Amino acid sequence: MNAKQEFRVIGTRPIRPDGLDKVTGRARYGSDLNMQGQIYGHIVRSPHAHAVIKSIDCSKALAMEGVLAVMTGADLAEPGNTVLGSGEGAIALKDLIPMVMSQGKVLFHAQAIAAVAATTSALAAEAAAAIEVVYEVLPVVTNCRDALADDAPILHGDRFPDGKPKEPTNLAAHITMQVGEPDAAFEKADVIVERTYSVPMCHQGYIEPHACVAQVDAADRVELWCSTQGHFTVRQYTAGVTGIGLGKIRVTPSEIGGGFGGKTTVYLEPIAVLLAKKSGRPVKMVMDRGDVFRATGPAPGAETRVKLGATKDGRLVAADVDCLMDSGAYNGNPAGIPAFMATACYKFSDARSTGRSVYTNKPKIHAYRAPSMPQVTLAFELVMNEMAAELKIDPLEFRLINAVEEGDVNMMGAPYKRIGLRECLEAARSHPHYQSAVAEGTGRGIAAGYWINAGGQSSATLNVSADGHVALLTGSPDIGGSRASMALMAAEVLGIPIETIHPQVVATDAVGYCDVTGGSRTTLATGQAVIQAADELVAELCRRAALDWNVPESDVEWSEGAAHHGEQSLSFEDFASRANGMGGPLTVSSSLNSTSASPGFGVHLCDAEVDKETGRTTITRYTVVQDAGKAIHPAYVEGQMQGGAAQGIGWALNEEYVYNDQGVLENPGFLDYRIPVASDLPFIDTVIVEVPNPLHPVGVKGVGEVPIVPPMPAVAQAVFDSAAIRVMNLPLSPAKVVAAIVEDT
Amino acid sequence: MNTPLNKLPIQAVINGEPKMFLAAPGQILADVLRDELELIGTKIGCNTGDCGACSVLVNDRLVCSCLVLAAEVEGQSVQTIEGIADGAVLHPVQQKLLEHGGLQCGICTPGVVVAAKALLDSNPNPTEEQARYWLAGNLCRCTGYDKIIHAVLDAAKVIREGAAS
Repeated sequence: MNAKQEFRVIGTRPIRPDGLDKVTGRARYGSDLNMQGQIYGHIVRSPHAHAVIKSIDCSKALAMEGVLAVMTGADLAEPGNTVLGSGEGAIALKDLIPMVMSQGKVLFHAQAIAAVAATTSALAAEAAAAIEVVYEVLPVVTNCRDALADDAPILHGDRFPDGKPKEPTNLAAHITMQVGEPDAAFEKADVIVERTYSVPMCHQGYIEPHACVAQVDAADRVELWCSTQGHFTVRQYTAGVTGIGLGKIRVTPSEIGGGFGGKTTVYLEPIAVLLAKKSGRPVKMVMDRGDVFRATGPAPGAETRVKLGATKDGRLVAADVDCLMDSGAYNGNPAGIPAFMATACYKFSDARSTGRSVYTNKPKIHAYRAPSMPQVTLAFELVMNEMAAELKIDPLEFRLINAVEEGDVNMMGAPYKRIGLRECLEAARSHPHYQSAVAEGTGRGIAAGYWINAGGQSSATLNVSADGHVALLTGSPDIGGSRASMALMAAEVLGIPIETIHPQVVATDAVGYCDVTGGSRTTLATGQAVIQAADELVAELCRRAALDWNVPESDVEWSEGAAHHGEQSLSFEDFASRANGMGGPLTVSSSLNSTSASPGFGVHLCDAEVDKETGRTTITRYTVVQDAGKAIHPAYVEGQMQGGAAQGIGWALNEEYVYNDQGVLENPGFLDYRIPVASDLPFIDTVIVEVPNPLHPVGVKGVGEVPIVPPMPAVAQAVFDSAAIRVMNLPLSPAKVVAAIVEDT
Repeated sequence: MNTPLNKLPIQAVINGEPKMFLAAPGQILADVLRDELELIGTKIGCNTGDCGACSVLVNDRLVCSCLVLAAEVEGQSVQTIEGIADGAVLHPVQQKLLEHGGLQCGICTPGVVVAAKALLDSNPNPTEEQARYWLAGNLCRCTGYDKIIHAVLDAAKVIREGAAS
């Protein structure tokens, strides 16, 4: 099968296989499973953002009737220098364990200190309150700039990313990439624009809080049910954090109520497992919404300086980017992305990009949809727009002049294969939205965006039943409709009706290993495993037909769901019903480590109108253009584009972690951490561009993350133009916009 | 000392069936629906009335079941997501959400279905703006609401056509 082929079912929009359960309330999410005899866990959290734990006394809690177990950080593994791997990159135990529970030092408010399990959740909460912790409180730093000051409180005294300095600092990482000689190249520029923009820390904002149930038997065998983007990663991390052997842990993924990168790690799971082990009872844990905000990994805030130089004819000649990112209390590795990818949309022979990250007394940051890319793109694309205006060149035209294409090399050094940025820019230019006049009082912003996209390890199993139905098993949690695309790809190869394919996401011991659902990799890589398995199944059926007909295997053809040789044919259903007499059960498993990922690009158009009196921004029109390679199920590709745009709009206009000077998050709930609601948004128009990925059997490129990359600069530009202001720090909340308008008049 | 075992017997009509259950005096309706009655379709996203995932109808009135005490529904009628479809026949809102792909992770979907049904019960011909403001209490982080609003407006059309025929 190749990318240019006409498809029978790929590209159609069948109802998703898991849809019925979800619209009727039957689907089971993290907190929807109860195990027989279960008790309830509750976590003691630090009231301080920076402290040393002097003592923890659990005796009063343990003495309470109905309290069956307590634990502290001392029950977790010794982190040492152990590094665990996963689909979104390796993580050191010393950065993972303290996000589960502190082991002596508190580095952010609401960090877990101890946990208790009791027969009711109310009793567990009461017992948690009876655990006595003595803290030595330390000074707090929550801002990156303050954290780099000479007199800043130091979070870690033993981490030296730039070699060992005389005095320890809060620098977490420092990475610089360079091509050519950017300093010299700026000399060739006719116009130079340099700006610094910042965005605040924000949260993925998945609606389902973290939840799990764990059971441990007398032989230390663990049964764990949880909401996660990767149950194999949960198994690995839980083993690493608890010290229980990987092979003894079985993880079953629930349906997942959103993640956006935030559920690619563990918080509650190791605690539930250890409480279950200590108590001998299954332990259920559900995180409180406030604690989701306070104590799980948000996206880093960032301050990004971008300097671009261009010639009069619109050619970019030099770039210099410096991005300072907030890592939170431990190393969340946000600095590499700006260093490697800041310039990825445009041709540069001379460019430098630096990413630095800093420790602050806030939760360690974690992946959020194209991690770090929206923050750096905000500054980069706004400078691109300002440059286009200075050059008096249409902003889309300016991007077309400089857009990367096949063969161009970015900071990472490998030439692009067949990418679709140019096609996206052209589609945006010819779109009715861009062709329309900008309404009076309204501003129009445009921005492009890039995301690298991941491949990685995936597995799939096909089990054919006697009536010709197929159970399609994978280990990739379905966060946005991927079971539908898996079924479509299998149906395409097998030539059978999509309704006869039953995709499921199954436990760690029921299918081969899969990396997390992250990096926009599931439809690409797990889809590739499904296609590979289906190809193998077809080959097996052709072998069986050849044996049955006594003809050479190479003379048997598979089409329209049947094997053919001359006048003879055997349908998929024939093979299924006769499996017993034709070689036994029809089952195929296939695994791979996909290197087929191709970068994704998108272009967003935003019209916005600012109410000059109140500062409120109304998004009046929004269009998302994106290269999907090949859209397997277009409705769910559009859904990714619309959902990512909405998240980016929220980040641009409202979303923000607000800390007080004690390092306490002041808006840990959906009332004050305001994500977009239905009345905040217009319909979001979508254009799926399809430039097939030549490395993938059906041309897929990842689509999930790209759409959150362009919205912040697109929205900000529209706001700036509507209100005739420029604001250097997001979000563009009404108060900030009004202040800028007043300042300008 | 909390006395979690001190519970009140409550009688209510749940999805058309008379039910009796026990609830602690401070227990919220959402917890009772999920834990006592095993109606896990009612989701809890915030417990503070901000996300709408726990939307149910009490005497046909849309409420967040995390903001209602279980004891308050004594003698009342409660409709949850499990009671929206007519047996195997989906409500038009459910059907249209499926057809449009108006759900991704699906955690907000039960609340959206219940809230949209309440809207269409009272107003079978909402404007886009009315639908958006009515559903402003139902947070969805996945979809950007586009396909949800299309589905609700489409379902309204189905309901109007059904009423006209």
